[in-house]
Amino acid sequence: MQTDPNPKKSKDSPSNSDSTESTQSASPFPDDVLGKVLSFLNSDKDRSSVSLVCKDWYNAERWTRTKLFIGNCYSVSPEIVATRFPKITSVTLKGKPRFSDFNLVPQNWGADVHYWLVMFAKVYPFLEELRLKRMTVSDESLEILATAFPGFRALSLMSCDGFSTDGLKSVATHCRNLTELDIQDTDIDDFNGGWLSCFPENFGSLEVLNFASLDSEVNFDALERLVSRCKSLRVLKVNKSITLDQLQRLLLRAPQLMELGTGSFQQELLPGQFGDLESAFSNCKNLRTLSGLWEVTSVYLPVLYAACTSLTFLNLSYAALRSVEFGNLIAYCPNLRRLWVLDTVEDKGLEAVGSSCPLLEELRVFPADPFDQQLHRGVTELGFVAVSRGCSKLHYVLYFCWQMTNAAVATIVQNCPNFTHFRLCIMNPGRPDYLTNEPMDEAFGAVVKTCTKLQRLSVSGLLTDLTFEYIGKHAKNLETLSVAFAGSSDLGMQCVLEGCPKLRKLEIRDCPFGNAALLSGLEKYEKMRSLWMSSCNVTITACQQLAREMPRLNVEVMKDKESDDSQADKVYVYRSVAGPRRDAPPFVLTL
Amino acid sequence: MSLPKEHDYIGLTEPSSMENSSSSIVSTESEKNTVLNLKETELRLGLPGSDFLEKKAGTGISLFGKDLKDEGNNGFSQIPLKNLVSGAKRVFSDAIDGSGKWDFPINGGSEVDLGNGGSENTNTLQSSLAGPSGKEIGNRNPRKPVEEKKNDNNSAAPASKAQVVGWPPIRSFRKNTLATNLSKNNDDEGKSGVGSLYVKVSMDGAPYLRKIDLKTYCSYKELSSALEKMFSCFTIGHCASHGLPGQEHLRENCLKDLLHGSEYVLTYEDKDGDWMLVGDVPWEMFTDSCKRLRIMKGSDATGLAPRLGMKYQSKEIMKPRKV
Repeated sequence: MQTDPNPKKSKDSPSNSDSTESTQSASPFPDDVLGKVLSFLNSDKDRSSVSLVCKDWYNAERWTRTKLFIGNCYSVSPEIVATRFPKITSVTLKGKPRFSDFNLVPQNWGADVHYWLVMFAKVYPFLEELRLKRMTVSDESLEILATAFPGFRALSLMSCDGFSTDGLKSVATHCRNLTELDIQDTDIDDFNGGWLSCFPENFGSLEVLNFASLDSEVNFDALERLVSRCKSLRVLKVNKSITLDQLQRLLLRAPQLMELGTGSFQQELLPGQFGDLESAFSNCKNLRTLSGLWEVTSVYLPVLYAACTSLTFLNLSYAALRSVEFGNLIAYCPNLRRLWVLDTVEDKGLEAVGSSCPLLEELRVFPADPFDQQLHRGVTELGFVAVSRGCSKLHYVLYFCWQMTNAAVATIVQNCPNFTHFRLCIMNPGRPDYLTNEPMDEAFGAVVKTCTKLQRLSVSGLLTDLTFEYIGKHAKNLETLSVAFAGSSDLGMQCVLEGCPKLRKLEIRDCPFGNAALLSGLEKYEKMRSLWMSSCNVTITACQQLAREMPRLNVEVMKDKESDDSQADKVYVYRSVAGPRRDAPPFVLTL
Repeated sequence: MSLPKEHDYIGLTEPSSMENSSSSIVSTESEKNTVLNLKETELRLGLPGSDFLEKKAGTGISLFGKDLKDEGNNGFSQIPLKNLVSGAKRVFSDAIDGSGKWDFPINGGSEVDLGNGGSENTNTLQSSLAGPSGKEIGNRNPRKPVEEKKNDNNSAAPASKAQVVGWPPIRSFRKNTLATNLSKNNDDEGKSGVGSLYVKVSMDGAPYLRKIDLKTYCSYKELSSALEKMFSCFTIGHCASHGLPGQEHLRENCLKDLLHGSEYVLTYEDKDGDWMLVGDVPWEMFTDSCKRLRIMKGSDATGLAPRLGMKYQSKEIMKPRKV
C-alpha cells in the first residue's frame, strides 16, 4: 500500500471532470457506477493514484479494494489498514529487510504476523489469501489463520520463520477450501511429515502444493491419494524424501500438472522403471515449470527430455550438473524463458544456453561452492557473454562469478540492452577487472547508460564513486539498488540519492559512506520504501538528526557489541504512517 | 590478449587455459593441474603468523584479489578495511554468541587492517591482534591483505578462508542445501573438502569397500602399504595355501607379493571416468584426479601394465596410461 503524505492531484486534474472536493457534492458518476469501474483496477499504483483524486474517489476506492499489498509491514499498522479498507480478501505482507536473508539481521527482530492476523480475524472474516515474505509466523498464528477464516484458500510463505510442522497441521486440518499451500525457502522446525496426512479424506481442492523446502518424509500413500483427489492440481513441488519411483506414480495421477518440483533424482532404477518414468514425463503435456532435481545423476536426465520441449522455466539451481550433461539437457529446451542453474555447468554450459534458448529472458547462475576461495571454479565473464550473444531477449540476470571485466559487461549490455534487472555478484569483495586491473566502474556505467529500462541493480567488484555518479546520472528508472564493499566517499551515495528519481529501496553494506551521505537523502527517504546501511561510517548522532528532522520516518539502529558507542553499525530507515514500532526488541534502538 | 599474471589472494596464478573456453573441460582441468602451483595449494597447519607472513613477503595476498603492493599508486581510493574489520567483529561476536553462523578462519597470518576510519575506532579486537598489522596498513593502502583474524582460541581449521558475514549473498536455505549436496558429492567424487580427500577403495572379490583419505599419504609407497594392511584380511585365503596362516609377517609378505606381483593391480578412476594404472603421474597430480581406487585382479588387467610400460617409455609424453 503506497502511502504518499503529499497528495499531488489538484481539483483541476483531467481525471476529475467537474466534481469538487466536498463529500456532499454530486459527482458525475453515481457511487455504485464509480465503484464498479474502480473494481476493475488491480494495480496498487493505479489505486493509489485514484484515491488521491478527491474524497469521493478515495472512498469509492477504499470500498472496492480487495487486495492489499504492504511492502513493509511497519509502514502502516493493522488498525489503520482495518479502518481504511473494509473489504479485503487478499493480503500480501513483507517484513524484514532483505539483508536478513544473509544473516545480517538478528533473530527476533520482529515482523511477526500475529497482530495482523488477530486484526484480520476481527475485520476480514472473508479473508481468502495470505502471502507473507520474510515474516515471523508462529504455530499459534497459523492456528488462527486456519480457524478464523472459513473461506480461506491460499497460503504462501516465502522466507518465513517461526513456525513448525505443527502449524501446518492446523492448516491442513481446518482449511476446507484450501487451494494453495506454498512454502518456499523456509527454515522451520520440521518435526515430521505427518502434517500432510491431516488433509481430510474428502478434501480435494488443492491447486498448488509446494513443500519442497521441508525435510521430513511425508506419508507417501496419503500424498498419492491427495494428488489423485485434487483434480485441479496444477503445481506440485515435493521434497527430497520423494523418490523417483514415487514421483512416477504421482505423475501418473496428475498428468495435468503445469509446474513440477521433483524430489530426489538419485535412485537405483530398474530398467523397467526407467521407461515408466520416461513415459510418465512425456505424458505431462502441460508442464511449463520444472524444479527440484536434488542430487540428480546424469543417467536419469534423459527421462526429462520429452517434457522439456514445452518448458518455459527450468530451475536446476539445486542440481550440480556438469557442462556436458547440462548441454545435452538444455538442447531439448528451446522454449525456455527462465533458467536457474548452478555454476557447475561452467562457461561451456552457458554457451550451450546461448545456442539452445533464443527466447531466454531470465538467467540466474548460483555458486555451488560460494566459499571456495582457492580454486574459483564456476563461471566466468565468458559464459555471461556467450549467453548474451545467443539470447537477445535477456532482461533479468543474477550472476555469481569470481572474475569479470569491464569489456565483457559492455559487450553484454550491447547485446542485451533491455535489462530490467542486472544483479552481478563478483564473489571476492572489491575485485577489480581482472585483465586491466581497473575498477569495475565502466562496467556498471555501461549498464546504466545502455539499459534505460533498468529497475534493479546489484553492483560488486572494485568500485569508486564514479560508478555511483554514473548511476545517479543515467539510471532514471532504477527502483532497487544493492551495494556492497564499494565506493570511495560520501559523494557516491549522494549521487544516487540525488539522481535516481524512482529509487525505492537502497541497501548498502560495508561502504565508506558516512553521515554526510546519510543526511543528503533527508527529503528522499520519504519517497522510498526503505534504506539499509550496515558497516558504513554512520554515527548515532547523525541518525538522531535524521529522526528529528523527518518525523514521518522511522530510524532504527542496531549496534554491534564491540563497536564504539557512537557508531551506528546497522541503520534501517523507512517511512511509516504508524509511527515508531511498538514491538522493537531491545537491540533495536528507535531514534 | 595476454593474461597478466594474476595472483589471487592465496598466490595462485590463474591458468592461462582460462582463456580457452572452447577447449574441453577435460584438458582445461588437466592443464590447471599442471599450471597450478601445487605447493601453494597444499594445506598446512602452522603457527599463527608463520605461513601468512611467508606468503605475504612473496606474493602479497589480498582479500580483494590483487596484490596491492603493485598498485599502491594507482590513485583510486579503496574500501576502508575498517568495514571489513567490523564485518570481522560481527563474525567474532557471532562466534561468541554461538549463533553458529560463520566459522571465522584461523590460520597462520593474522593481519587485520585496523582501518583508516579514524580515531574513534577503539576496536577492542586490536589488543588481541598480533603483529605488523598496525603500522604497515595505514591509510594509504586500506585494501591491504586482510585474510584472517587471529583468534586466541586456535581452532583446527586449516583452510585459509576469510568469510565475511552474509557474503556472498546467498540465502540460508540454499547454503544449507548445497552444503549437504556438496559433502555428498565430495564423498562420491573424492573432491577435497576441508583438507581431506576420501575415496572409495574396492577390491575384486572383497565383500565390501573401504574408504581412505588420500591426503594422509604423501607418496605411492605410503598408499600402497596402507592398502596392503587394509585389504590383507581378504587375501588370507590366498595366503593360507602358500604359507602358515596366522603368521603376520608371512601374511604381509604374501600381500606384497600379491600386490606387486601379477595377481593384483592397483587402478584408479580419474575425473574423466577412465580407469588408469596407479603410479604413472606425480603424486599430487594423482590425488587431484583420483576419484576412486580399485584393486583389480591381474587377470582382468590382461597384462596391459607390463606391455604398456614398454610402449610408453618415451619421456616426451607424460600421459597416464589407460587400463
